[in-house]
Amino acid sequence: MTSLRYTEVMNASVPAGTEDIPVLDYSLFREELITMLGREQFHCLNYFCHRIPEGLRFMCCIADDETGTIRILCHEKKDGGTSLRSLSDSCTAMHIFEREIHERYGLGFEGHPWLKPVRYPHDRADRRNVISTYPFYEMESEVLHEVGVGPVHAGVIEPGHFRFICNGEKVLHLEIQLGYQHRGIERLFTEAGENGLRRSLLAESIAGDTATGHGLAHAQLSESLAGFIPPPSLEIERCIALEMERIGIHIGDTAALCADVAYQLGQVACEALRTLIINTTQFWCGNRFGKGLIRPGGSDYPLTEKIADEILRVLGEVERRYVNVTDCVYTLPSVLGRFEETGTVSRQQALSAGAVGMAARSCGLVRDIRASHPFQYYRQMEIKPALQTKGDVMARGRLRVMEVRESAGIIRKLVEVWKNGEKNTGRPVYDLRFMPESLAVSVTEGWRGEICHVALTDADGRLVDYRIKDPSLHNWMALALAVRNQEISDFPLCNKSFNLSYCGNDL
Amino acid sequence: MAGFLLILVAALFFPGVILRTKSIASGRKGPGIFQPLKDIAVMLRKGSVFSDTTGIIFRIAPSVALVSVIVAMLLLPFAQYKALISFEGDFIFFAYLLALGKFFMIIAALDTGSSFQGMGASREALYSMIVEPAFFVLMATFAMFTGYTSFSVIFNHFYITGNDYVFIYSVIGAYLFIQIAMIENSRLPVDDPKTHLELTMVHEVMILDHSGFDKALIHAGTYLKFAMYGSLIYNLIVPAGWNTPVKVLMFFIVQALFAVVIGITESFRARNKMNKNPKYILTLTSVALIAFMVILILTEKLI
Repeated sequence: MTSLRYTEVMNASVPAGTEDIPVLDYSLFREELITMLGREQFHCLNYFCHRIPEGLRFMCCIADDETGTIRILCHEKKDGGTSLRSLSDSCTAMHIFEREIHERYGLGFEGHPWLKPVRYPHDRADRRNVISTYPFYEMESEVLHEVGVGPVHAGVIEPGHFRFICNGEKVLHLEIQLGYQHRGIERLFTEAGENGLRRSLLAESIAGDTATGHGLAHAQLSESLAGFIPPPSLEIERCIALEMERIGIHIGDTAALCADVAYQLGQVACEALRTLIINTTQFWCGNRFGKGLIRPGGSDYPLTEKIADEILRVLGEVERRYVNVTDCVYTLPSVLGRFEETGTVSRQQALSAGAVGMAARSCGLVRDIRASHPFQYYRQMEIKPALQTKGDVMARGRLRVMEVRESAGIIRKLVEVWKNGEKNTGRPVYDLRFMPESLAVSVTEGWRGEICHVALTDADGRLVDYRIKDPSLHNWMALALAVRNQEISDFPLCNKSFNLSYCGNDL
Repeated sequence: MAGFLLILVAALFFPGVILRTKSIASGRKGPGIFQPLKDIAVMLRKGSVFSDTTGIIFRIAPSVALVSVIVAMLLLPFAQYKALISFEGDFIFFAYLLALGKFFMIIAALDTGSSFQGMGASREALYSMIVEPAFFVLMATFAMFTGYTSFSVIFNHFYITGNDYVFIYSVIGAYLFIQIAMIENSRLPVDDPKTHLELTMVHEVMILDHSGFDKALIHAGTYLKFAMYGSLIYNLIVPAGWNTPVKVLMFFIVQALFAVVIGITESFRARNKMNKNPKYILTLTSVALIAFMVILILTEKLI
């Protein structure tokens, strides 16, 4: 019987027929999810709700890290009731999805700790909910004080509000309030409809620092909906681009970590290296952040021998210098004094917050889509995720070093395969015909963690719903946990060590 | 008078030398030596913006702070030339003049009613408080050593006590004055003047609301304070007997070296964790105490 409760699909391959997904009633749906998510090998990629003529349809995509499949569960709510039993009291990581559903459709969840707004979408259920009436958690005491930071920050960063409850210099609680950058990007996707170029541009703008990650998630989603199989050379190019992005951002973050503890030498050395990497991306596609590089069906900037050699040359130099610099940085006593034991997230906390990507791997939780649900050319490769166990700023810093070295190795391998293989990357195809009545799931491992795009088509093959989950959505919670009982002066350092996206959360 | 004027001149290039040192150490071109002065000139030409919640304290604080530094400068001698103001126990007056300026900056920060500024003010008050004993114990050591309690006389007699231990005291004194100057002026490793992160700031967050003309006064005060401590160091390590042109040259060499030491310290280390700062500052007092105990033994006051 169990096999009938969900449909299994593979990452970015043949989509599931919407009609074939078994519809469960809510108690069964809930029970099934709770049993699955109680086990560590499963985690939720995306859980959302959308309107159907008879009511609301709930879709939940669960990743199985052991078999590499994605299970899709469905529930249709046609009774017009206003409340459901919450999942969050059993699996805390689901809290954010239920908050999002509540905000959009006004549905209550019994047993949910606090259904706060997530991102204030334009079509939210209660228009009276505005950003200035956000219900903050409060503590009444003579000795405690509140410190509010943002939404406008001192650096040139995105807007977001942080509310600390402190006892002197010690943080007891941090609440992160986002939603200042909501652009309704999911709706823009469905409105873009047939226009593949517009959708590609949108995907690259979901989070500016993850243009390749999101671009790739969208490109392979389009291809899987259209049944297009990319040639190996195109797959390799995409993987190289993704790893280049990872290296560039990780090195930039190392520089920023040094800057936050006022270690000037580490900062300037890493900044210089980051420039080398992103300038190579620019040499390849004309944009330092890889915008315009990933397109469905093909590429405007196919890899050439000249570019491949340039990448190898820069990579060799950057890797050597980066390892030297980080050897200095992570052995300097004054830096260690700041990084070690600062902002620790335990494995259990990461698990219950639903942390993904780097945030999870830094505390011993293996979550790497490249290994568990391989996509593109990673299917032909053996990826061994880098892992740290301590979960502090130091672990996140060290993990970046490990990942940069690993990515450099991957790129070298990929370039070698590419040089020996057939080069038949075509031009982008913007008018791919989508299969009707289908649901496709595409997951990629961006530098921050897993990026999940889900699309649904109607009977004519038009996009009816497009859902995006950025890794930041869950990881913000991990940050809030990391700064508890830390000094408030260490918050910027913890924040930078996660480097989460505000607009990835706000969409 | 000579001491006062020399400090003024030294303050002109002091911040620029720190900046150049840091630029060179990090392999950057960096701004010119007089860039900090140009910045001050720009700010002096601007008006100030005052928040509605602030009162008279906020407006007068920067001026009080600057004036307190200038008056403190008048107490410092240059070699055998006596200071403009000099009396028995003037180093206590010196310390509390500086504390007065700081006190006004702290209550001005509280005047804004912002949680950031309150946080900065509490940190700054704590650090100033625990760095004070180091200064007093050190000055007491010199007073015991020379038998006088005024800057001018102490430094005049420092090298002519005929004591072989002068060198040790010069070194310990110079070390402590460098450290005290860096803490008083909110530099690494206690504070980071370059950071943009309000939550990690100490001094910078306290003066966050000051703008334009007032901000220029605060910066000018900082630069003068640096040169003032430089002058203290100079008086400790250069014997008073040389001829004047050599001493003036030495004065600027000492100031430049002091600035370079600060620049190098700031280039090659990270700043402290905030809760380690009090311990770090207290070690200065213990160094001063050791020097004090030694002088007690040497002058046979203890046994």
